[in-house]
Amino acid sequence: MPAVTETIETVQQATESGYKWGFETDIEMEFAPKGLNEDIVRFISAKKNEPAWLLEWRLRAFAAWKTMEEPRWAAVKYPPIDYQDSYYYAAPKQKVGPKSLDEVDPELLKTYAKLGIPLREQEILAGVEGAGSVPAEGRMPIAVDAVFDSVSVATSYKERLGKEGIIFCAISEAVQTHPELVRKYLGTVVPQGDNFFAALNSAVFTDGSFVYIPKGVRCPMELSTYFRINAKSTGQFERTLIIADEGSHVSYLEGCTAPMRDENQLHAAVVELVALDDATIKYSTVQNWYPGDAEGKGGIYNFVTKRGACRGARSKISWTQVETGSAITWKYPSCILQGEDSVGEFYSVAITNNYQQADTGTKMFHIGPRTRSTIVSKGISAGHGQNTYRGLVRIGAKAHGARNFTQCDSLLIGDLCGAHTVPYIENRCVSAKVEHEATTSRIAEDQLFYCRQRGLTQEEAVGLIVNGFCREVLKELPMEFAVEAQKLLQISLEGSVG
Amino acid sequence: MTAAQTGATGFLARYEGLKDHLPGARKPWLNQLRADAAVHFAARGFPTRRVEQWKYTDLAPVAQAAFAEPLTSVDGQVHLPAPLAPHRAVFVDGRFRPDLSSLDGLPFRALGLAHDLAEAEPHLGALAKPESEPLAALNTMLFEDGLFLDVPDGVDGGLLELVSVAVDPGRPFAFHPRHLVRLGARARLTLIETATGGGHCLHNPVFEIEVAEGASLTHGRMLQEAATVFHLSTIYARVAAEGTYDNFTVAAGPRLTRNEIHAALVGPKAACHMNGAQMAADGQHVDTTTALDHAAPDCASRQTYKTVLAGRSRGVFQGRIHVHRVAQRTDGYQMNQALLLSEEAEIDSKPQLEIYADDVKCSHGATVGALDADSLFYLRSRGIPEAQAKAMLVEAFLHEAVETVTDETLKGALTRALDAWWARQEAAA
Repeated sequence: MPAVTETIETVQQATESGYKWGFETDIEMEFAPKGLNEDIVRFISAKKNEPAWLLEWRLRAFAAWKTMEEPRWAAVKYPPIDYQDSYYYAAPKQKVGPKSLDEVDPELLKTYAKLGIPLREQEILAGVEGAGSVPAEGRMPIAVDAVFDSVSVATSYKERLGKEGIIFCAISEAVQTHPELVRKYLGTVVPQGDNFFAALNSAVFTDGSFVYIPKGVRCPMELSTYFRINAKSTGQFERTLIIADEGSHVSYLEGCTAPMRDENQLHAAVVELVALDDATIKYSTVQNWYPGDAEGKGGIYNFVTKRGACRGARSKISWTQVETGSAITWKYPSCILQGEDSVGEFYSVAITNNYQQADTGTKMFHIGPRTRSTIVSKGISAGHGQNTYRGLVRIGAKAHGARNFTQCDSLLIGDLCGAHTVPYIENRCVSAKVEHEATTSRIAEDQLFYCRQRGLTQEEAVGLIVNGFCREVLKELPMEFAVEAQKLLQISLEGSVG
Repeated sequence: MTAAQTGATGFLARYEGLKDHLPGARKPWLNQLRADAAVHFAARGFPTRRVEQWKYTDLAPVAQAAFAEPLTSVDGQVHLPAPLAPHRAVFVDGRFRPDLSSLDGLPFRALGLAHDLAEAEPHLGALAKPESEPLAALNTMLFEDGLFLDVPDGVDGGLLELVSVAVDPGRPFAFHPRHLVRLGARARLTLIETATGGGHCLHNPVFEIEVAEGASLTHGRMLQEAATVFHLSTIYARVAAEGTYDNFTVAAGPRLTRNEIHAALVGPKAACHMNGAQMAADGQHVDTTTALDHAAPDCASRQTYKTVLAGRSRGVFQGRIHVHRVAQRTDGYQMNQALLLSEEAEIDSKPQLEIYADDVKCSHGATVGALDADSLFYLRSRGIPEAQAKAMLVEAFLHEAVETVTDETLKGALTRALDAWWARQEAAA
């Protein structure tokens, strides 16, 4: 079992290195003044050379945000956030819109190389065979949009994708090059005033990715965005918008890391997906923001709104997430199943160790007839971690023949952590069928014994069992990411056993 | 209180006016208890749907109504259900009626609270949480009577019926009985409660139930008041080591039923079984809300709840299992299933696990759906008419909730309550 050998090695490495993405890039940065006010919103909009409608859109969001209260219903605890004590715009100083990778600051390229993210075309994702190696036979390349603090610094494979009519670029660029598409869809899935963090994001989002897959096109490679927070005292507010036109198909991956710091940094992203008739969007996340240290100091507050609209008949949106990072996670990737026979899926592994807290889950809104959804959530709590699955399945009166299946399982490692399940099921349709199952247990002694008896150490045995526990979710990830995710699980659980 | 004063204001005004005349008004401990409860109730009033625990049940019809006090009818005709057992305690409009009760020969004390408050002092308010449940606050503030049962150590109390009848005086009224049940070590009791009657009333009982080491209480409840009644009951139960509290509830009848149970397993190897069937037809709302605290190691809990909804009705199930850090080797299971029989019914379900101990086995399941078409087809294909096939399936679905009842008298009563509801649906259809 090569994956296991690899896993063991990773754990050994990890034991020595801890969070290995915690370095900081020393690069000259440009900041907006600290704090949040209308001028900052104007500043960001001006910096991006945005059209008037978008500035107004932002200002409306900001006005709404000022009237809103930070949500407190999640099972997470943190001190009050001073929204004025943060930079809302931080960008590496570089030429505006570098034309090619050669124009990108070498420091940035080095950073991404170190993170194992291939910006150079033809390179494959690191972590499988090491950065810079030649792609294996038949393995698909991955197009990457690299977002560094507040801006997108590079996007690969743009031309190749362009030949198929696919638009894959920074959202700030899309505002310039495809304003009609952005204007048509932006905020239609997550409106500006949707919630406190979405409103904040709508006011100050600085970059993110934009994807448009034209009618009938199957995107020839995985698209991905890699988010990196680097600067101190900044928040990252990116906005991603993916539109899959009729009959199209796209698989999109998202990764993220940040330096190790004692301060808490805020990440409040919004992701909007739109799937038209017969379109499929698969959205995978490997969330590895800095989780804070063993005493719970520092780490990212990850307050994210992700929602997809299955607008078309037979459309499908599938969310897969592996959540290992962040001090606090507040995230509910959801599906609005409008089109008849549309399908929503949510596969999640969330792991909390040390003092991490995660309150995550999904919402499935069944509106159209014969809509179907599947929810599989695996929560793992270790150390002092608190892990909550919070989900909603709502079946509207017209969703005849709708179907939902939900399974949430929790695993506890150690007796100082907590695992919670809070599902809401609301059904107004007689012909709908909803099933929900949840279990909580710890790693079975007999399984551990079995592994130990065969010579595995306690930690290896736990790793193996955890991977088995998560298998249903991991298999939904593209292969390279699945391997990466397995390793991450190991690292995240480090120090939690024995 | 004037008729114009509605909801919380009306009840608070009544408390202000009555507080020197309520039972126990000369007892400082009780005055303090009521006064504190009044502060909590004043601060919160009736919970709105913004309160998480009331997200799916709207108390606006209660909060907007003006309820008078029940008339003190000490005689006159009261229609009582046929007795199920030799011993029974009867309450009319929330007041104990020794003349209608038959308690002679019970092997333990069964007292009307209003007259024997001194006995109840150590137990009254020991478990209820008026600070967090406004309806318990309302009850504490205004209760006038109730039943106090005290089964001594090692005594088998046998079977006792608790009958609550509401007599329609032709105007809206409210009553808030407070029942205390205490089982000593290794004591046993089967308590069968029937709530009947009609009128536009609010029946807001609170139970405080203490089950000592090795004791066992089986508590059957049939909430069968008329479709004009608001029935909001809150049960607090505390179970010591190796004790058992079993609750079986059939809720079918009132316009609005809230069956809220808080059970705490506080000693090792304590057990709790909560089972119920709730049914609603046109214009009715049924809500079962349970909170189970596993606060000691090696405890077990089982919950099975069934909801059947017909017409324009709404059903709610909220069930929370909380496993404390010390509660290692907890075995908790909860299942709630809903059957929708109409296009206009709505079911909302929130099963919830909160777990802080690692060596546990906890699971919950929830299903929602219509009658299974395959099962229906199977029965039809064997020549069973549709109506009968449907009845068989509904019956089978509901009966599962009372399957584990061992006391034959109780089982018979619960089953009859289930079947009576279905018979009414069929008659109406």
